[in-house]
Amino acid sequence: MTAPLSPSPPRRWVGKSIPRIEDPKFLLGRGGYIDDLAVPGMLHAAVVRSPHAHARITRVDVEAARRLPGVVAVVTGAEAATLCNPLPDFGPAPDKHVWRCLAVDKVRYVGEGVAAVVAESRYLAEDGCDLVSVEYEVLPPVVDPIAASQPGAPLVHDALGSNVAYERTFVFGDVERDFAEADLVVRDRLRWHRSGGQPLETVGALAQYDPGTGMLTIYCNSLTFTHFLFMVANTLKIPSNKLDIRPTPAGGSFGSKFWAVKVAVLAGMLARLTGRPVKFIEDRVDNISNCDHHGSDRIYDVELAVMKDGTLRSLKIDVVDDYGAYIQFGTGTHGNSLAQVVGPYRIRSVRYGVHAVLTNKCQQGAHRGFGSEVTNWVVERMVDLAARALAMDPVEIRRRNFIRPDQFPYVIPTGNMYDSGNYDGVLTKALELADYAHWRREQERLRREGRYIGIGVISCQERSVFSATEFWFWFDQPAAKVTSAPESVTLCVDAAGNVTATLYSNAFWGNSPDTVVAQLVAEEFGVDPASVTVVYSGSNRGLPATGPGGSRFTVMIAGAISGAAARIKEKAARIAAHLLEVSVADLEWADGGFRVKGAPTRAKSLAEIALWAHLFKHSLPDDIETGLVADKVYDHPYTTMPSDDRKNLGVFYPFVGNACHIPVVEVDIDTGAVTFLKYVAVHDAGTMVNPRSLEGQIIGGTAHGIGTALLEEYVYDAGGQLLTTSYMDYVIPSSMEVPDVIVGHQETPSPFTVHGIKGGGEGGRMMTPAAVSAAIDDALAPFGVRCNEIPATPERVKARIDAARKEHR
Amino acid sequence: MRDIHRISVTVNGRRYDREVESRKLLVDFLREDLGLVGTHVGCEHGVCGTCTVLLNGESIRSCLTFAVQADGAAIMTVEGLARDGQLHPLQEAFREKQALQCGYCTPGMLLRAYEILQDNPSPRPEDVRKGIASNLCRCTGYQFIIEAILDAASRLRAAGAVPGSARREEVLP
Repeated sequence: MTAPLSPSPPRRWVGKSIPRIEDPKFLLGRGGYIDDLAVPGMLHAAVVRSPHAHARITRVDVEAARRLPGVVAVVTGAEAATLCNPLPDFGPAPDKHVWRCLAVDKVRYVGEGVAAVVAESRYLAEDGCDLVSVEYEVLPPVVDPIAASQPGAPLVHDALGSNVAYERTFVFGDVERDFAEADLVVRDRLRWHRSGGQPLETVGALAQYDPGTGMLTIYCNSLTFTHFLFMVANTLKIPSNKLDIRPTPAGGSFGSKFWAVKVAVLAGMLARLTGRPVKFIEDRVDNISNCDHHGSDRIYDVELAVMKDGTLRSLKIDVVDDYGAYIQFGTGTHGNSLAQVVGPYRIRSVRYGVHAVLTNKCQQGAHRGFGSEVTNWVVERMVDLAARALAMDPVEIRRRNFIRPDQFPYVIPTGNMYDSGNYDGVLTKALELADYAHWRREQERLRREGRYIGIGVISCQERSVFSATEFWFWFDQPAAKVTSAPESVTLCVDAAGNVTATLYSNAFWGNSPDTVVAQLVAEEFGVDPASVTVVYSGSNRGLPATGPGGSRFTVMIAGAISGAAARIKEKAARIAAHLLEVSVADLEWADGGFRVKGAPTRAKSLAEIALWAHLFKHSLPDDIETGLVADKVYDHPYTTMPSDDRKNLGVFYPFVGNACHIPVVEVDIDTGAVTFLKYVAVHDAGTMVNPRSLEGQIIGGTAHGIGTALLEEYVYDAGGQLLTTSYMDYVIPSSMEVPDVIVGHQETPSPFTVHGIKGGGEGGRMMTPAAVSAAIDDALAPFGVRCNEIPATPERVKARIDAARKEHR
Repeated sequence: MRDIHRISVTVNGRRYDREVESRKLLVDFLREDLGLVGTHVGCEHGVCGTCTVLLNGESIRSCLTFAVQADGAAIMTVEGLARDGQLHPLQEAFREKQALQCGYCTPGMLLRAYEILQDNPSPRPEDVRKGIASNLCRCTGYQFIIEAILDAASRLRAAGAVPGSARREEVLP
């Protein structure tokens, strides 16, 4: 538990849109991404992949590949299983759905790795892959998650005895009473198809093993949860302190590089085996078919209990989630949903049942929103359905149900707390920017011309800064009741007074950690952010770090920097007091140094103090050590434990932003195509550190969300074959599919975080699918068509319009 | 199988004579043989535009081009934009407008923008939007990229320079 922080003084650097510290190196083509690294003697790996959804491996012949000049090693799945232990798995019963870096005995999805070839070049490694001959006995594929749940379905994992990896229903509050008392219950089946982060840079690693020291060093574009890396060392069968993972900038992640260890393990295994450095960079097919992080793939049955006046009472959600062949994070993406399952509304009870099903598809993981973006869509779909049933304006029903500013901190039925907010303020600003009344008139006018314009209005939450409990409160007997998700920093003021900040995770994946850190350090010490150096440590000598994800990084690193800066200032104050011959209590921090209260000319700058700290120990009090450096491990600032009966999950995702998106779309009823006439997004992410960067995240996230809402889908056919293995089939929005976004901000500071910051990295994508679906509904209201399945591709939209027209006739 | 060709290419004004396998892709030649790792690989099948370079002044997908096809050509990569430690006005504008997040598509996007402004020094916003539809960016939603290219266009016009003009003569043999 944390008491609210005292208000911060006026700020000089936090809140300024300075140009990003990261950018010059990227603009010059010197980004230092993983594939840019090369070391002498380096080999390259490529992987032979399964063409089948489900098959027994009966024979793997690698002799021809081994004989190919330039090929150094070929490793089958069976051999890999002797070199490595299974991959770390945080899901339920990991011993019953064992997950390995290469398949053994049986393949469980198209694209699963069967063998790895290491050669002098990537070209030769791929030649070697072509010479590996694998014989399969094809098994019946498990594709539809509902059929997969039936008794007698073929099994993805025989040891599990079922394809249902996990089932649980939570009840929060008196759901049955609220439904019994309701004037109206609206119901729907909603379908959210599978998509993924798809950054332009795939996952890659470069591993080096030193037999002299036993150290395995792996450069990788994924480094998160460093306090769990002992599990990766265990997979690689080395002592935990002999593994050093060093981060490189990631060319995008969107969740897909959140703990992506399979590639690092493959490279590490092959480097140890060959005794030479090995680089493995996924190609696009590797990444689409076999990355660790496809997104949510859910079928919902939802009921919302409503009163005649529009009051929302209670929510029943039953969700089948198609996890694919493995379930590495368990149902953490549903834990996430429970953080904000009632949206911004005073819904007083919730039933939430999840059925996690395994099928012959690539496994699920993280995708910008981590499951909560789906719940946002579901809640808003249902609120709109209620509004339609009650003939209420979508704005009115939302206003009637918002949690009011005077009700914070507000505990929702699941037990999570919303720290602060002003939802009506955000909505009002968005309506102004959108010129809502004007577009309602336009809609009417254009409809007379046979054009179908729709206006979507949604209000959703962006929970930020997860604690560790969301991953285990599902289980009555969890493997480990982990209680924090820390982030760390080291600040070092050198003898010349220059500041270097060391980070301990793969903090850069397209966000702005260097810029944020520089601004926060500048705020603490009164230096120019451009003078701050930011470096990234390897994991081996590192402090615990969870990395970005769940919109946590800015909040957490701000806490860490504030803590480390306080330690440095405490020591600096003692040195200054000694030099100025006063007591510490007589000093105040001002203008980048300490001065004597009431005598501002008697002062020591940070640079002067640093020089003394580094060079003149014997002129200082005995107990002052040389140097001016401080570490800070910043733990999750507000976590409470779930109750034993799990009727209250505790506080686990407390810093809650909010946004209102208002798209105006036109639907071409002959083609089903959706185009944007206007797009407004107003976000409240608490205090902003760099408004321009936050705007970039909002606009980019909105474009990403438009992909989710209209275009992107990993399509598996009825036989489990993946049909979308290139960007010709998996459609990422180009500049022609996205609108200019008019962005507005509101700042409702969090009372519980340093500077009042809330997270903002996922917000765009967490709102957009709900907003675009609402706009499509509104456009097609004359047909009674509802957007209850996304992506709403032209094909799907047109099919619905045609069906509605047929019914009319 | 390993048929080797001797090629000569000029990259960013500097001439390179190298032997390459016929199957070696231009992007791999630039990255591996010449150490110019600023050109990135994205989708590997010509859709995303991440690997865009200028070949004799025109944008191409270097992931779909063999190195031997560039024999005798002048190539410009992102490493050729900045001169004497000074960012090119396009790079300046990208920095000021925050037209990049992860930076991975940026080199290809910069070269496509260079070509757009070479062809039309005074584009309208919709010209730029259409012009960069060749290149995917997963981070930005394109809005700040379009702003940056328009901003660079006005910087270049103010300086009386067409982005390619001076540079192109130096690059072409």
